[in-house]
Amino acid sequence: MHILDGNQAAAIAAKMSRVQVVAAYPITPQTPLTEQLSQYVEEGQLKAEYVAVESEHSAMAVCTSASTVGARTFTATSSHGLAYMHEMLHWAAGARLPIVMACVNRAIGAPWNVLNDQQDSISQRDTGWIQIYCRNNQDILDTVIQAYRIAESVYVPVMVCYDGYILSHTEMPVDIPEQVDVDRYLPPYKPHTTLDPANPKNYNLVTLANPRVGVDGKLCHGYMELRYLLQEALQNSRETILQAGKEFNDIFGRDYSCMFWEERNEDAEITIVAMGSLASEAIVAADMLREEGIKVGVLGLRVFRPFPKQDVVQALRKSRLIVVFDKNISYGSEGATCSEIKSALYGTYINAAIRNFIVGLGGRDVKARELAEATKKAISSLKETVINQDYPEWICHI
Amino acid sequence: MGTRDCNHICDESSPGIGEAGRTGEWRTHLPVIDDKRCTASKLNKPTCFLCWLYCPEAVVTKSIPPTIDLEYCKGCGICAEVCPVQAITMIPEEKNLG
Amino acid sequence: MKANAVNLIEKEWILPGNRTCPGCALSLAYRHTLKALEGQCIVTVPASCATVLHGMYPITAVNVPCVNTPFASTGASATGLVAGLKALGRKGITVLAFAGDGGTHDIGIQSLSGAAERQYDFMYICYDNEGYMNTGNQRSGSTPLGAVSGTTPVLGKQQYQKDMTAIMEAHGLPYVATCSASYPLDLYEKVKKAKTIEGTRFIHIHTPCPPGWLFPFSDTIKFGEMAVETGLVVLYEIEDGIFRITSASESLARKGGNLQPVREYFKSQGRFKTITEEQIDELQQWVNARWKQCLNRATNL
Repeated sequence: MHILDGNQAAAIAAKMSRVQVVAAYPITPQTPLTEQLSQYVEEGQLKAEYVAVESEHSAMAVCTSASTVGARTFTATSSHGLAYMHEMLHWAAGARLPIVMACVNRAIGAPWNVLNDQQDSISQRDTGWIQIYCRNNQDILDTVIQAYRIAESVYVPVMVCYDGYILSHTEMPVDIPEQVDVDRYLPPYKPHTTLDPANPKNYNLVTLANPRVGVDGKLCHGYMELRYLLQEALQNSRETILQAGKEFNDIFGRDYSCMFWEERNEDAEITIVAMGSLASEAIVAADMLREEGIKVGVLGLRVFRPFPKQDVVQALRKSRLIVVFDKNISYGSEGATCSEIKSALYGTYINAAIRNFIVGLGGRDVKARELAEATKKAISSLKETVINQDYPEWICHI
Repeated sequence: MGTRDCNHICDESSPGIGEAGRTGEWRTHLPVIDDKRCTASKLNKPTCFLCWLYCPEAVVTKSIPPTIDLEYCKGCGICAEVCPVQAITMIPEEKNLG
Repeated sequence: MKANAVNLIEKEWILPGNRTCPGCALSLAYRHTLKALEGQCIVTVPASCATVLHGMYPITAVNVPCVNTPFASTGASATGLVAGLKALGRKGITVLAFAGDGGTHDIGIQSLSGAAERQYDFMYICYDNEGYMNTGNQRSGSTPLGAVSGTTPVLGKQQYQKDMTAIMEAHGLPYVATCSASYPLDLYEKVKKAKTIEGTRFIHIHTPCPPGWLFPFSDTIKFGEMAVETGLVVLYEIEDGIFRITSASESLARKGGNLQPVREYFKSQGRFKTITEEQIDELQQWVNARWKQCLNRATNL
C-alpha cells in the first residue's frame, strides 16, 4: 500500500500501461502529473516519447497523429486546457482513436479559478469521448489502466476525470499493481489505421453527406453513417466497460463491472445522485440522514458517457425522490447529470420527483451536512408539489 | 450499404485515378502536340520534356513524342505556354463549349 | 548529377483527375516534392487547397499515406507522426507537413513554431498562394500589400506580407529555403537536400493561383517567373546558417542583378486592381532594398 495523490496515481497508471507517446501541456492542477511523467521518461522508467507541446490543442494533435501511426498515447489537462483542445476532441473521436486522457476537473473562467468543479469535462460531453469519473485515488489508478483496455477494444477515446485538488492533490492509500499483471491485462495496441508508403491510405479526408463508391466499386459511408458508427460504438461500449471491470477484478481483486456505484440504495426511497469525489461525500450525508430515520441511498455515477440509461432506471425504480447534486451547470438550463437522469427516467414507469442542486463550483467546499440539509429541503418540498423544478437550486451564499 | 469493418469505422481512403471524375470534361480548350515541331520527336531522343515537367496534373507522358491523357487533362494550357518551340497549340474543345 | 526534365524520375505520386483548379501551381509543386521524396513519406495536411487535392472519402488522389489534421495543428500533427514512428522504431520515412500560407503564417503559426523550437525531425513545406484560397480567397498574413481579396474587397490589403521564412530562420533550423512552383527543378533539388538533413526543415514555395490572383490559368508559370525576375520572390536556401542564393535568382544576380520593375507584375493580375501608384512605388523600393540585402548575404556570389 502506498500513499499517493491523484496525480501520482494517474502518472503511475500511465507508466504501467506502457504508453508510448505522451504529449501534455502543464495547467493547474494537472501540472504535477505532467511533471511526474517527464520525470519517468527522463529517468528511463517509462520508454516513451515525451513531447513538451506548446499548447493543449497541440497536445491532442500530437496524440491523434501518434495514435494514427499506431502508438499508445496519453495526455492530461484541465479546465481551459480542455476547452482549448475542444476541436481536437471532436477530431479524435471522429477519427476513432483510442487516446486516453486524464481530465483533472477544474473550474473555467471568466473569472479565473483554479479550484475544482466539473464544468470543464461536462462541457465536452457531446464530443464522442467515453467519460469515466473517479471517486478516489485508487479509482484513478485503476481506471486509467482500464481506459486503455476499453479504448483499444472499441476504438473510442476515453476521458478519465477526477476532481482537482480534492483528489489530485490529496494523498490517500493506493495499492499499486504489479507490472506483470498490468501487462497481462493490457495487450499491445492494434491500430485500425495504416500509415505505410508501401500501402498508402489517407485519413480524415473531406467526407460527403451521401455515400460514395470507392476504388473497389463498393459503396462507402457518407458522413452520417460514420457518425452513426461512433454512436453505436459508444452505446455498445457498455459491455466492454463492464467486461473490462470484471476482468480487472479477476486479476487485481477490485471489481469495476458497474456503470455507477450504489451505496445504501437497496431499501432507499430517496436516492442522491452525484459524480466523482462528491459521491463519496454523499455517502456520509446518506449515513447522517439514516441516523434520523430517513432512508437515503447514493448512486455515484462512474460512467457519464455513454450514459447508462437502463442501469439508472433499474437502480432508481424504487425511489420516490431523486436528489441530484451537480458540480456543473448547463447555463440557461440545469445540471448536466440531472438532465441525464430525467431523460433516462422519462417514459418509464418510475414516478419519482427530481430535485437538482448546484454545488461546489469553483472549489466551494461541499460539506456532507449541506448535502443532508439540501436533501431534507427537497423532501419537504414534496409537500407542496412533486412537479420538477424549472431550474436548479444552488447551495451558495445567495 | 457500407460496412462496419475496421477499415471504415473512420474515413480511410484509398488512392484512385479520377477522384474528381473525368476532369477532361472541365476543358474549354485541348492541347494538340505537333510532332514535327516537338524537339524530342524531331531528334527522336529523350530531350526537353518541359511539357511533362510543368504539367500540374501529371497527364503528360515522357515519351517520344509526349502524349496527353485527354480523359483527365483540364486544358490549362501551361504546356503550350512553356514549350520552347511552340509545338503545342490549344484548340477549342467543341463538345465542352456552350 | 543535377536534375533536369529528362533524368527526373518519371513515377508520379499525384494521380490525374483530382480536384485542383486547371493550372494549379500547388499541384505542380506537390508533384515534384513527392518525386524528390520518392513517395517515402507520411504527409500531414491541414485544411487547405491540398486537402481538396487529396480528395474526398473514400478515394484519394495522392499515392502517399496522409493524415488530415485541423487547420491550426499542422506542426503538432507532424510532431505526433515523428513521435509515433520513433516510439514504434520505424525508420526511413520522411514526415512531411504540407500546408498553405493560412495554416503556416496565421492560424498554424503557433503549432509550427512549437514544433520547430522542439526541433522535431520533419520537413515542413508551406505552399504559398498568398491567401485563403481554398475558401475563395480571403486575405492571409501572406497576401501582398494592395491585393484585393474577399476580406479586403474595396481597399486591398493595407499591410505587407509576413516573411515566414525569416521567422523560421530565427528558430535556428538546420535548413530553410524558398522555392517557386515555376522553378520545379530548384524545388526538387532543395527537397532532395532537405530530405537528408535531420531536424526541422522549412521550405516555402511560391505558388501562383489563377482564380485567386485573377489571371488566365495558362499563365501560372509566367507569373511565378515574373515574381522572381522582379525580386518579389528571391530563391535562396540557408543551410546551417549559410545563406546561398539559387536558381533564377542566382542567375539574375550573376548577370548584373537588375530586377524587372514590379509594375507589370501588379498591373497584369486582377487582384491588384485597386493598388495605388504610391503602393507600387513603396513596393518597388522595398523590393530593391530586400534584393540588396539578399545579395549582401549570399555567400555564393
